[in-house]
Amino acid sequence: MTAKSLELLQQRFGAELVEVDDYLGDASVTVRKSAVHEVLAFCKDEPTLRCDLLLDIAGVDHPEREERFEVVYLLRSLQTGTRLRLKTTVADGDAVSTVSDLWRSANWAEREVYDLYGVRFEGHPDPRRILCHHEFEGHALRKDYPIGKGQMCYVPEALLTDQQVEGSHALDVESRSGQLQNVDGEIASDLLAINLGPSHPAMHGALRVEALLDGETIVDARSEIGYLHRCFEKEAEDHTWQQIIPYTDRLNYVSALTNNVAYVHAVEKMLQLEVPERARVIRVIVSEMGRIMDHLVCVGTNLVDIGALTNFWYFFNAREYMYEVVERLCGERLTTSYTRIGGLYRDLYEGFESDLRFALTKVAEGVKDVTGLVQRNRIFMDRAIGVGAMSAEDAIDWGWTGPCLRSTGVDYDVRKAFPYLGYETYDFDIPVGENGDCYDRILCRIEEIHQSMRIIDQALKRLPDGPIQSPDRRVALPPKDEVYNSIEGMMNHFKLVFEGIQVPAGEAYGFIEGANGELGFYIVSDGSGNPYRMKVRPPCFPIFSSFTELVKGQMVADAIATLGGLNIIAGELDR
Amino acid sequence: MGVALEHPSNYITTKLRQAVNWGRKYSLWPMPYGTACCAIEFMGTVGAFTDISRFGAEAVRFSPRQSDLLLVAGTISYKQAPILKRIYAQMAEPKWVVAMGVCASSGGFYDNYGTVQGIDTLIPTDLYVAGCPPTPENLLSALVQLQERVDREGLEVLKERHRDSQIA
Repeated sequence: MTAKSLELLQQRFGAELVEVDDYLGDASVTVRKSAVHEVLAFCKDEPTLRCDLLLDIAGVDHPEREERFEVVYLLRSLQTGTRLRLKTTVADGDAVSTVSDLWRSANWAEREVYDLYGVRFEGHPDPRRILCHHEFEGHALRKDYPIGKGQMCYVPEALLTDQQVEGSHALDVESRSGQLQNVDGEIASDLLAINLGPSHPAMHGALRVEALLDGETIVDARSEIGYLHRCFEKEAEDHTWQQIIPYTDRLNYVSALTNNVAYVHAVEKMLQLEVPERARVIRVIVSEMGRIMDHLVCVGTNLVDIGALTNFWYFFNAREYMYEVVERLCGERLTTSYTRIGGLYRDLYEGFESDLRFALTKVAEGVKDVTGLVQRNRIFMDRAIGVGAMSAEDAIDWGWTGPCLRSTGVDYDVRKAFPYLGYETYDFDIPVGENGDCYDRILCRIEEIHQSMRIIDQALKRLPDGPIQSPDRRVALPPKDEVYNSIEGMMNHFKLVFEGIQVPAGEAYGFIEGANGELGFYIVSDGSGNPYRMKVRPPCFPIFSSFTELVKGQMVADAIATLGGLNIIAGELDR
Repeated sequence: MGVALEHPSNYITTKLRQAVNWGRKYSLWPMPYGTACCAIEFMGTVGAFTDISRFGAEAVRFSPRQSDLLLVAGTISYKQAPILKRIYAQMAEPKWVVAMGVCASSGGFYDNYGTVQGIDTLIPTDLYVAGCPPTPENLLSALVQLQERVDREGLEVLKERHRDSQIA
């Protein structure tokens, strides 16, 4: 597939392509800046490529080059399975033409590149900063921006523009003509702009939405993120490969185990490293545990937002049982740091299987209770069915993945489409919804809990004996007697401890099915002990970008229900 | 509390300050300023297993006007900082601030351009809870410590403490 798509692009755009590469099986094409839009439009429309999903856009800074910035587009096709990476270079102060007319997911992705690198996108409908404060000076991910230079800015950004407010007022006045007149005989509009968040319980402490209301109905809305921008990507450039693992815990802190697996999966791809079978099976177990715990929190809090508090207790009790297992396994409840490059932090403890099986029975009980309470509940159905509905085409256009995309009826799951860790050998189903509304999203997640339990059951049964860490001396410390008794062992130990893991120069995109969708790491290495660039592809970033479109025309209370169902985790959204 | 029962069934005598503090310490109404991972552990603390209501602090309010304990659970970024200051200023006296977790206490391992290095650079902070995130038990222990302090402190102390804070 890779070779064929590269060949096709070469035939069509021979002169525009600067470089073609398929390192580690990732098809990568560098094109001239002037041809970016044309080539991307071709990739989207050409029937054999059909890249309908724009996963993310990443910037890379090479200050020593004349055209110092690289803009990297990660493309995927759900129909043909094409994976493509398209790159272009741009000088400081220059602009690239926007692709937000091709994919709506490009809108926020381009804003992020602008914010962090200062690359402008010509024709972008909304060229504002996104993660940093709007008064922030400089561009944080440029190599010459010091990591510790914080900036305190005070004036909050006005989200709704004057045109938006006035335009909506004019429409409102038009639709009410002849109905309402104030004392001067003018037709009155009574739209009200309200601010939700960031310090608002339903906004999860880190999201802000400004909505224009007509009574209870949202006429227009705008959102702002970045309140939890903890600079993961800058921190990653400042740390060794192994040191980054704790930071990955805090991306999607509700399913830290899954993030750990995703990160080491991407790094191992760059190292071309095989992991022992036992470690692979344990990784399957822990990532499914992460998925279960994530879904418990998401569904539990979503139901609280709708007003069904009891379910929250049921799910959090189940979660506590899971936490106990996780705490015994890794020493922490939430921030696990369980994986290591080449293996795991430590083996399963004695009695893990029975503990986990017990916890899973508790989860099953909780799920049964909650399903019984809500699934055919009239109030819940009225609150959730048809609320925040999204069609499959739109969802793909917005860059949705994971349970949210599956609730619209698309059966795309990385575990099936691009199996990793041996997922092709497990027997499980992909639940899909029909309407893509709040109700389907909740039920999809609940069914995924069942499927994850099936996978864990199979994995526990086949768990082989053996080592949990790859013996490869590039990543693993040698056993102690080798360190003390052989010169090679001592040198290996010294090099690893002092210099850390050395990842060969190159770039790769490693991805797995996170709890909330495709979780990917686009990594550029220059062969030193730190990553040169680490771009996370967080599943909820594109999902939240569509939120304001999703809630237009809905009631405020429906917007809250919708937001809960999308499972926006700020740590991963803002990184 | 030093209650003297002079007439067994009708009244007790005590100092007003002690009676008020006694009431306050067992009815701390927290406002969880939850921004990140710690907020999930706060939910766990409210949950049935550790049940914060045993300590009288289960009346979680999301309005600063209705609460007297500001529980900063999570990383405070520079973008978030002015909002935290404003929320704090909106709370009525007496009020207490707990920095839950290392991010709120000192920035934790986020020493970078986006993260405030401890909320005590923004608002007066009473108690720091260690952990990343702290376990529910740890948070409850902090709550008990805070109760002891509330019991000891008079209103004068509180006034003194907040007099110098330059909060807009």
